[in-house]
Amino acid sequence: MAESIPSDSPAVADDHHGHEEPSFWSKYVFSTDHKMIAMQYMFTGMAMAVIGGFMAYAFRMQLAFPGIEVPGFGIVTPANYNALVTNHGAIMIFWVAMPVLIAAFGNYLIPLMCGCDDMVFPKLNRLSYQIFLLSAVVLLSSFFVEGGGFGGAWTAYPPLSAKAEYSLTPLGSSIWLGAVALEFVAFLLGGINFITTAMNSRAPGMKLYDIPIVIWMIVIASILFLVSVGPLIAGAIMLLFDQQLGTAFFDPARGGDPVLWQHLFWFFGHPEVYVVLLPALGITAEIITVFARKKLFGYKTVLHTTIATGVLSFTVWAHHQFISGVDPRMAHVFTLTTLLISVPIAEMMFVYIATLYGGSIRLTTPMLWGLSFIAEFLIGGVTGIFLGASGADIYFHDTYFVLAHFHYTFFPIAIIGTFAGLTFWFPKMFGRMMNDRLGKIHFWGTIIPFNFIFIPLFVLGMGGQHRRIFDYSYFPELSMPWMQDIRVLATSSLLIMLGFQVVFFYNFIVSLRSGEKASKNPWKSNTLEWTADSPPPHGNWKELPTVYRGPYEYSVPGRDEDYWPQDQPN
Amino acid sequence: MKPIATTRSTSGMPTGLLAIWWVVGSEIVIFGGLLGSYIMYRLSHDAWANQAANTNTALGTLNTFVLLTSSLFAVLAHRAAESGDGKKAARLLYYTIGGAVTFVCVKAFEWSTEIAHGYTITSNTFWSFYYTAAGIHALHVIAGAIIMAIVARDAAKNMELQRVELIGIYWHFVDIVWIFLFPLLYIAK
Repeated sequence: MAESIPSDSPAVADDHHGHEEPSFWSKYVFSTDHKMIAMQYMFTGMAMAVIGGFMAYAFRMQLAFPGIEVPGFGIVTPANYNALVTNHGAIMIFWVAMPVLIAAFGNYLIPLMCGCDDMVFPKLNRLSYQIFLLSAVVLLSSFFVEGGGFGGAWTAYPPLSAKAEYSLTPLGSSIWLGAVALEFVAFLLGGINFITTAMNSRAPGMKLYDIPIVIWMIVIASILFLVSVGPLIAGAIMLLFDQQLGTAFFDPARGGDPVLWQHLFWFFGHPEVYVVLLPALGITAEIITVFARKKLFGYKTVLHTTIATGVLSFTVWAHHQFISGVDPRMAHVFTLTTLLISVPIAEMMFVYIATLYGGSIRLTTPMLWGLSFIAEFLIGGVTGIFLGASGADIYFHDTYFVLAHFHYTFFPIAIIGTFAGLTFWFPKMFGRMMNDRLGKIHFWGTIIPFNFIFIPLFVLGMGGQHRRIFDYSYFPELSMPWMQDIRVLATSSLLIMLGFQVVFFYNFIVSLRSGEKASKNPWKSNTLEWTADSPPPHGNWKELPTVYRGPYEYSVPGRDEDYWPQDQPN
Repeated sequence: MKPIATTRSTSGMPTGLLAIWWVVGSEIVIFGGLLGSYIMYRLSHDAWANQAANTNTALGTLNTFVLLTSSLFAVLAHRAAESGDGKKAARLLYYTIGGAVTFVCVKAFEWSTEIAHGYTITSNTFWSFYYTAAGIHALHVIAGAIIMAIVARDAAKNMELQRVELIGIYWHFVDIVWIFLFPLLYIAK
């Protein structure tokens, strides 16, 4: 049944499967190969992460030491501060978490794990990256126009975001909106490609329950994105018209309603949390099964739970608006749905712990990242219960408690999930092993400071520290010595964490050049990508694989080896 | 030459057909968000009925008729493509494009008269919605017509005939959006 490319077929003459060495431009810049597009997304996302991290550095320095000249940035003015926090949020979610977790891992893994030679629409895939790159350039350009970058928070609530006389960024806010819209277009194109590829191009024999969980998660995340983003696209057009044409969709003085924007934004914004969470959960699932040498506990349970989470995620959005004047009776409904959605997520955590139970666990670097994802995300999930309950949220709303909560969800997703996936698939992507000792130094150097940044911020939040304040010394009750000490602690921890990222980049570059050569399957994993060469060539396999079983047959009794690759007949 | 991935059909549905339905799905929520917002506003602003009375129902009806007829040609083009008659399919697609051009011309006339009477996008929120929703829809009509011209050019040479069905599905979607817009913006007084 295996399909192969006969050497005399016209396909050989074609640029996709050609034998001739392609030029630099067609190999690295205008490639339609899914692996190269994945790398483009990955490196663009990493570059944006460095920029987003630098922004966090600048405004955290301002908060810990108000008014100092931040080394490498200069004095942070109030307008700078607003633009920095706004774009830090937008960049980390739209230009780091999404491109790396969905686009990079999705592009890399879907064809390889499903056993096909490329995405179903390679040119659409290339277009998707090009639009994404354009969106990143447009976003960064907003810092250099008159008035500077947009400073109305990443949620862009009108009327602050709609009127130049409030936001003081006449061009910056529209450029920001345009960049976000372009980014959505890029991910819609990419998402349609991902869904179609996984639905239609799987290897012969790969039934629905033989698909690795990470592929399911990326596909379900793409569907959630596709179904939730539409209202926000409509909202973005309306907001753009409010900014540039003078319409009044969101202007209460002229018959509009600012809360409508909040509905449109959060109808997308809350599923978006799951859009980035699911790929990270999927990556973790792959890693813990491989390094616990155990079958994933309850494959179908995980899958059905994921679908349930996806459906429920459309019913919780108004929990962001408990103090926006929504009817208290509605607040009860949204409290209920919000508390409900913690059930499937908690179930997923238990499933992962049950997978670990009794396994022969190997604490490699990717496994450490995978385990820390479970532990750290748990804190994010548990603190979410406080905020989901409307009674408690009235007091916690817009404090640092909220901020610490969502960093305990987004940091595990965007940073821990990425490092887990990158260290795990590095041998496949680049054909060399990463240095494990440096990897572990980087791991501990990231995880420990991370907790020292955000646990103190929970304390500050409970002490009433409001978000989005440029300089707390104007508020005597918020600038007591103990509070300022905690701010300094959080900022110093951030500096330590950022410093340890140098270890990662050093390890990355050195391993890329002179790491130990990786075999086809260094982790003894079952899934199909490990049956291709490391790194896989154009077209991935000489002969496309056929699948005989599910992806998690580890430590099967009666077999000599403790793994059983999906493509082996017996 | 396409990758093998493009030619596979694990779900039993052709890849292009599967993808176009996901495109339509993502478009439905865009218009869903816009029209949902409009309906919510409309329910709480009775006075909009006075504004809506100024839209030109006769021209709206004409445009509805034009779009529905163009959809009929799209269906006939699909049937011709199924039977392998690329030339006939292309000719029918050009009729559909003719419908799109007529629609946009009528729209342009309508809008210029309304703007001349002082009803612009900033007049009030009803007119903001009117121009935004109909404008986004008109952009879909124009984009659809351009893609249809490309499909028709290939179909005339009997190439990529399966695309006739795909653009037809998209065209029906554009048509159905108008079926929602027409009563909301023109008839409900």
